[in-house]
Amino acid sequence: MFALGNLLLVIVATVLFAVLAPIAGCLLAGLDRIISARMQGRVGPPLLQPYYDVRKLLAKEDVSVSGVDGVYMTCALVFTAFAGGIFFAGDNLLMSAFIITMASLFFIMAAYSSRSPFAELGAGRETLQVMAYEPMVLLMAVCFFMAAHTFMVDGVLDLERPIIATTLPAFLGFLFILTIKLRKSPFDIAMSHHAHQEIVRGTITEMSGRTLAKVEVMHWCENILFLGWVAMFFVWSNPASIVLAVIVALAIWFLEIFIDNNFARVKWQTMLNSSWLVALVFGGVNVIFLAFV
Amino acid sequence: MGYSSKSPWVIHYDASSCNGCDIEVLAALCPGFDVERFGIINTGDPKHADIFLVTGSVNERNIDIIKQIYDQMVEPKVVVACGICACSGGIFHDCYNVIGGVDKAIPVDVYAPGCAVRPEAIIDAVVQGIAVLDQKAEALKAMKKGA
Ligand code: SF4
Repeated sequence: MFALGNLLLVIVATVLFAVLAPIAGCLLAGLDRIISARMQGRVGPPLLQPYYDVRKLLAKEDVSVSGVDGVYMTCALVFTAFAGGIFFAGDNLLMSAFIITMASLFFIMAAYSSRSPFAELGAGRETLQVMAYEPMVLLMAVCFFMAAHTFMVDGVLDLERPIIATTLPAFLGFLFILTIKLRKSPFDIAMSHHAHQEIVRGTITEMSGRTLAKVEVMHWCENILFLGWVAMFFVWSNPASIVLAVIVALAIWFLEIFIDNNFARVKWQTMLNSSWLVALVFGGVNVIFLAFV
Repeated sequence: MGYSSKSPWVIHYDASSCNGCDIEVLAALCPGFDVERFGIINTGDPKHADIFLVTGSVNERNIDIIKQIYDQMVEPKVVVACGICACSGGIFHDCYNVIGGVDKAIPVDVYAPGCAVRPEAIIDAVVQGIAVLDQKAEALKAMKKGA
């Protein structure tokens, strides 16, 4: 699939993504906390709070319960960076989607490896989350292919109009599952944001110190990648469109924070049913539409 | 300022408190006092917490739970006793099943008296706790280097 030149480009992009995405993701996470606090009538922490948190976690004692969860999390981090590299190098969208799922699987294994009942419950639910969002991600990629006539992300740069012109339903469907992917309420069922709910902190209950820091950094990178996917819908051959795409991505991200703060958690059945329904209706309608135009 | 001082995550345990002090602890997290301004988060997971806030006195039933939560916390860690019950047993000190303050179960670093303890006192106590936390973090780092 990769020509040698492409492969080199992907590797360079992966390294760049591994350096830059945590920085951007950290700032976004800090902004998220400030905006959330303002929505709740509080002042909120400093912008760099997520960075302070991770720095502290790195200095904590190492008391891993399983001995391998740290390794799994390192793998998850590497795959996240790779998925980001593939996407931002303008390479294959489908590949990026699969590899970021690999990262989720490593995260799930890290949770299972602790053998804590809370973490296992969280891991089971995380698996359900993957099951819930994956169909829509695939349909989104299919619609992308049908609209851009390629799976290569840099294909959008040759288009005369952004793919959103013909993929609005798929985009809306993707927004729905984006909430699951960003682990935001109402779909934060595997890893509740605050540990006062029935599964403590689910997947990350047993993780501490360095391993927990890796989880945080992985989330920062994931957020940047997914916002990149959002932005992709709005880019066409006009270079100015990239600015527009970034603005739209930030607006969508603000919308996600708004949703996060205003909705209570749903049951996993509701999540699975609704996301498959959305995938079928929005994704399906879009595929049929694209097949006929 | 050390690494720990900018992000002290707390875990709160209600020993045999009358709930007065618990409500004050939660008040400290609400908009009026908003301790998240200092990076303080109320985690419910001992593995993630740096500061252990205990309210209420220690009795025969909860002494093991307090010890267990303390043991599950990752070094460096600090214990803050919130309210006079947690400091010494308070008005419950001569009840038949009350053993006394939290220091009967685990080492306490900061005592915050009051009945109920005021949110301002809790914030002051946590700030003092942060200083202890920094000292412990330094000691841990030195130990790691030595090892
Ligand atoms: S110190 Fe006072 S308010 Fe606090 S738990 Fe004891 S009796 Fe209740």
